[in-house]
Amino acid sequence: MGELAAFIILAIVTLLPAVVVVTNRNLVRAAMSLIPSFLGVTGLFVLLGAEFVAGIQILIYAGAIAVLILFVIMLTEGGTGLAVRQVNEQRQWGALTAGILTAGLVVILLGTPWQITAGTLPRSNVEAVGIALLTDFVLAFEISSLVLLVSLVGALVIARREQ
Amino acid sequence: MPERVLLDWLYVAVFAVVGVVMATLPLGIVWLLAPRVELPQKRMTYESGVVPFGQAWAQFNIRYYLFALIFVLFEVEVIYLFPWAVVFRQLGKFAFIEAVLFIVILGMGLIYAWRKGALEWV
Amino acid sequence: MNWFVEILKAILLTVVLFTFLAVVAAMLGVLAERKISGWIQSRLGPKHVGPQGLLQTVADTVKLLQKEHITPLNADALTFNIAPVMVVVAALLAWMIIPFGPAFGRVLVVRDINIGLLFFIAMASLIVIGILLGGWSSNNKYALLGGFRAASQMISYEIPLALAMMVPIMMAGTLSTVGIVEAQAGGTLDMGNWFIFGGRFQWRGVIPSVIAFAMFLTAATAETNRVPFDLPEAESELVAGFFTEYTGMRFALFQLGEYAEAFAMAALASVLFLGGWHGPVLPGVAWFFIKMFALVFFLMWVRWTYPRLRFDQLLNLSWKGLVPLGFLLVLLTGWLLV
Repeated sequence: MGELAAFIILAIVTLLPAVVVVTNRNLVRAAMSLIPSFLGVTGLFVLLGAEFVAGIQILIYAGAIAVLILFVIMLTEGGTGLAVRQVNEQRQWGALTAGILTAGLVVILLGTPWQITAGTLPRSNVEAVGIALLTDFVLAFEISSLVLLVSLVGALVIARREQ
Repeated sequence: MPERVLLDWLYVAVFAVVGVVMATLPLGIVWLLAPRVELPQKRMTYESGVVPFGQAWAQFNIRYYLFALIFVLFEVEVIYLFPWAVVFRQLGKFAFIEAVLFIVILGMGLIYAWRKGALEWV
Repeated sequence: MNWFVEILKAILLTVVLFTFLAVVAAMLGVLAERKISGWIQSRLGPKHVGPQGLLQTVADTVKLLQKEHITPLNADALTFNIAPVMVVVAALLAWMIIPFGPAFGRVLVVRDINIGLLFFIAMASLIVIGILLGGWSSNNKYALLGGFRAASQMISYEIPLALAMMVPIMMAGTLSTVGIVEAQAGGTLDMGNWFIFGGRFQWRGVIPSVIAFAMFLTAATAETNRVPFDLPEAESELVAGFFTEYTGMRFALFQLGEYAEAFAMAALASVLFLGGWHGPVLPGVAWFFIKMFALVFFLMWVRWTYPRLRFDQLLNLSWKGLVPLGFLLVLLTGWLLV
């Protein structure tokens, strides 16, 4: 009961600002609305018992990514606070893609046999993640560092070309 | 155990909500107490005494953005180090070597950014 | 478990912690800053309100409560009002994980969250957004520049801050603040095995933790925008930086947020490196406050010792100095402790 109430509240906290993000014509306010949305998702992670992921969600999304987005918007035309055009010529195609994606997701969601029985949660979330990363998923751990390296180099190349 | 975690974060949520109320409370007191006098000059932005010139909102130095970009990547790297730092003493030498590899690979990224002048403030 | 009772308890604790921050961090902090500044510069500092000027900041608060709110005509009014509240709330949340010490048979801490230190940095990163939005929404050139400077400075020093924290985390093997203090228990006369003296690892712990402590204090000073890293509010070039347009109580909220964060950094430094509440004879809570105020005094002392950096020097210190040093430090710690 309490969990359901918490879920509904968090879903509202996540979705309402998300609607503002796509509809607001002032880009900075749109970017600002991302933050409550990210924090709502943090709450959803907590409900699932994934505390460490919740911490990452605040630090990386609400902290780092939001700052990056705000920087980009404020340093370019969006920072003038003027209303921007919300729709363009490709409106129908966008709607079509969104429709297909939604339909696909609904079909998959309904078709998946969800396991309802809860597993046991580890004593410490971070420890469990750490041990898993360093033993069973070593390769993923090391590859992620390569992925980060590639994205850093790629981002710098693109950013420098634009200057 | 999950009960305790949920309780922890329930406190966080309550603190956030009540904190907002507590922080807006003095603003409410001000609204009740403070005088309100409208003068045309009063609501101009401050620009060292001269009449403000144009808008402040304009495009400027894109350099800030480059630092934000590098920051996001290193923040993600630091996040990976957190679980490692917690458990590495339980797992011994092997875990340490993994972290050495991880940091060395990303160190190359830092060196690349440095050599390409992305860390330069011009 | 009765959730309703817990919510009531949480509301009560919020009020208590908020009042604590407003009185200790903001009022006492500002007074101490002015008195110490005066002392270092051979002046008297505030002296007329109350005995030895003790009530100066109380009078200031009463004055600020009566000041008119002025929102610039061209400002984004909604964002302009949200920004200071956001800074204060994030600073308040950061205090949730600071353990004050044992009392009444338990440790005085709001919640000992499992991922405590991660939570702390996350809250510090939310303050960045509040400041950036505050600077932008004023629609003032000084404020906008100050906001950008503040944001890029704070994000640059967040990484060294996290890397400096990594050393105590590695020594204690936990992210919980209470866990870290408990790992520093023991020693003669209940002194505690402070991590700055190597904790249980003797000399192998001393080398990394001394470096980490220095790094933490540097990064914390920059993160709280204090001298010598106060470029965002450099009064000689940017008037007051990101809060140029803020008046009255909203300005006070920004100040409260900053002092609360500075005090939180001092408290966290004492938890991570100086053994938290561990100390001989006196009760733990007293030791916690002694250590915290000693570090706060240190931050204020630094303010009158070093000149302000240039912006490129500031970024270089982080990206070309502290960040590579921090990664090497993590490796060194790993090598020594494994």
